[in-house]
Amino acid sequence: MPSSSAAPDSLPAANARYWRAVVRLTLVLLAIWALLGLGCGVLFADWLNGVRLGGFPLGFWFAQQGAIVGFVLLILVYVLAMRRLDRAHRADVARLAAAATSAPSPAQANAYARGAQASAEGNAQQKPPEAAR
Amino acid sequence: MTVQAWTFAMVGLTFGLYLYLAIRARVRDTQGFYVAGRGVPAILNGMATAADWMSAASFLSMAGTISLLGYAGGVYLMGWTGGFVLLALLLAPYLRKFGHFTVPDFVGDRFESNTARLVALLCALFISFTYVAGQMRGVGIVFARFLEIDVDLGVVVGMALVFVYSTLGGMKGITWTQIAQYWVLIVAYIVPVVFISLQLTGEPVPSVGMGGEVAPGVPLLGKLDQIHRDLGFPSYTEAFTGGWDRVNVFCTTLALMVGTAGLPHVIVRFYTVRNVGAARWSGLWALVFIALLYLTAPATAAFARYYVCEQLHGKTAAELPGWYHTWQKTGLLVWLDDGDGKLSYRGPAQQAQNELFRIGGMATTEFADLRASHERWLLTKGQEGQDGRVVMTQKKLSGPDADILVLATPEMAQLAAWIIALVAAGGLAAALSTASGLLLVISSSIAHDLYFRILRPQATEAQRLRLSRVAIGLAVVIAGVVGIFPPGFVAETVAFAFGLAASSFFPVLVLGIFSARVSAVPAIAGMLAGMAFTGSYILGTVYLGWPRWCFGIGPQGIGAVGMVVHFAVALGLSRVCAPASPTARAMVARMREPEGAGPGVDIERAMDH
Repeated sequence: MPSSSAAPDSLPAANARYWRAVVRLTLVLLAIWALLGLGCGVLFADWLNGVRLGGFPLGFWFAQQGAIVGFVLLILVYVLAMRRLDRAHRADVARLAAAATSAPSPAQANAYARGAQASAEGNAQQKPPEAAR
Repeated sequence: MTVQAWTFAMVGLTFGLYLYLAIRARVRDTQGFYVAGRGVPAILNGMATAADWMSAASFLSMAGTISLLGYAGGVYLMGWTGGFVLLALLLAPYLRKFGHFTVPDFVGDRFESNTARLVALLCALFISFTYVAGQMRGVGIVFARFLEIDVDLGVVVGMALVFVYSTLGGMKGITWTQIAQYWVLIVAYIVPVVFISLQLTGEPVPSVGMGGEVAPGVPLLGKLDQIHRDLGFPSYTEAFTGGWDRVNVFCTTLALMVGTAGLPHVIVRFYTVRNVGAARWSGLWALVFIALLYLTAPATAAFARYYVCEQLHGKTAAELPGWYHTWQKTGLLVWLDDGDGKLSYRGPAQQAQNELFRIGGMATTEFADLRASHERWLLTKGQEGQDGRVVMTQKKLSGPDADILVLATPEMAQLAAWIIALVAAGGLAAALSTASGLLLVISSSIAHDLYFRILRPQATEAQRLRLSRVAIGLAVVIAGVVGIFPPGFVAETVAFAFGLAASSFFPVLVLGIFSARVSAVPAIAGMLAGMAFTGSYILGTVYLGWPRWCFGIGPQGIGAVGMVVHFAVALGLSRVCAPASPTARAMVARMREPEGAGPGVDIERAMDH
């Protein structure tokens, strides 16, 4: 998803692109959520009941089994997709930081370096909270 | 060993385990008390969330309710699982990134207003108290039914146990006991149904067995539809029968989904994990663990429905099964014969011939008088006394109580005594785990949000921890008292809790995260508008005899409309009101960034905790 547009040239641009991708993903998954639960399970249930799935009328199956299985899968897709988006974003930030260290403005370079350092920490296992306090 | 001996053993063993875990997990600071030190691994938090969420109602009543509703029972299945999708996608990761202790905390800081904090706080308290009273009652009922202990004594025992482990361990103690309680309740729920499924359909997986055949060429669901038609019930699998028309099924499902995502005791569980990624994973695990029960429940419902109709209808007193005799003592089902000596169980279409009822909210003595009068009516062939069936029908007490189905199914299928005992332990685990999560919300709302954030910001760590323990202790006592003397409107108040969560918490949280513009005034106006609309509609239609003026939607589903009202008011006002301050906008921007990226924010120290 993020690779479809040009690589961002600043930290705010990278953040904005990340957020747009997150919102798009969320909207798509919520549309499927509504279609599964409120659509197949409720709005078209009487119509789907005309179709049989094994021993189940299909609308009834969606309302009592199918929607639940679908919900679990939706969250799984979300978690995996978000992991990819996070990784791509971290790579962007790291690349910007590397570019900035060779750039002239020291203030900007520092800002990027902090971002890159934080993102490296984010990748590693976080310190146990007791220690952090 | 008898069922009762097994039950004492199982309940004693599980209670001992909970206490042991609580003593192991004592805490010394507020971080540990409110959010378990934020060190809970995602999968374990998923289990704890599942136990937190699945209450006495999910365990004891849900399958029974589905059994009586058929297709429309799906509103609870879809509503109470679909909400987790909203929670996992829209709220959990962002609230975790924000890194606070409670939901009112987020509302107060994001909208920079103590008024908003106070409104959210009152909502949290109301929702939690409503819910916890039902749990305590559930504990008492399980004790009464299985151990033949007085309901009130059962409530006191449950209170004492929750009191010990929640004051000692706070969220940390609660987390570990909830994990244990999850396994107790899920094993207790699934094991009997697997045996029943094998007996009835030959399939070990209940969800598959539900679509299986009870005899060669006779699918279970087809048979149920047939029985329902013969006895005058609406067909089991047909959509939109009776009062459950399309609009009501839709709105109730949506209101339950949104309400689930807005329940404070579920939301705070996501504050206890290590980071944003873990919050996402634990949302997934939570739904996986919940789905195990929710996929089994409709199978239990269908099996139990089949047994109830097949084993009761048309039988004489001598032919009725043992479980009928056990449970009729409790008043969950009663038989008022028409004189032919055969039990006739009929649905709404053949109401006049129905002889199976429940005593519901009637006093036992009142029912005894009615039964005596009915006997006299039978003996004198209508000269004296009165037809009890007419009275019961007028009181809308036709058919068995929904609670009986989960409790009695192991007996219907003639399963071993230890399995029946396991169900008792499971019911207690479900009630206790939910009660403790709710009590923690009450405690943190009072000690953290009200005392520390509003009344005395200079309070020390030790003072706050002490007050948290006092608050949770007081909350346990209040919940217990409400459990012993239940107000007559418990069932309606649960609809109320969901309606309020759907129309107040969920929209304000979503707006706080996904709109950087919305500021204090639109947020408060939105919360108040959503609550006022939903609250007045429920009170009006339930108690004041209002017609269902909003598209005929019932009180359970009105939260969905309340949510729309909330969004409309808040978004509308945000166009004319001043936008949120730069500080609040920066807060929102920080919340949206993936963890670690961008300017480094140590989530443990991000805010002033």
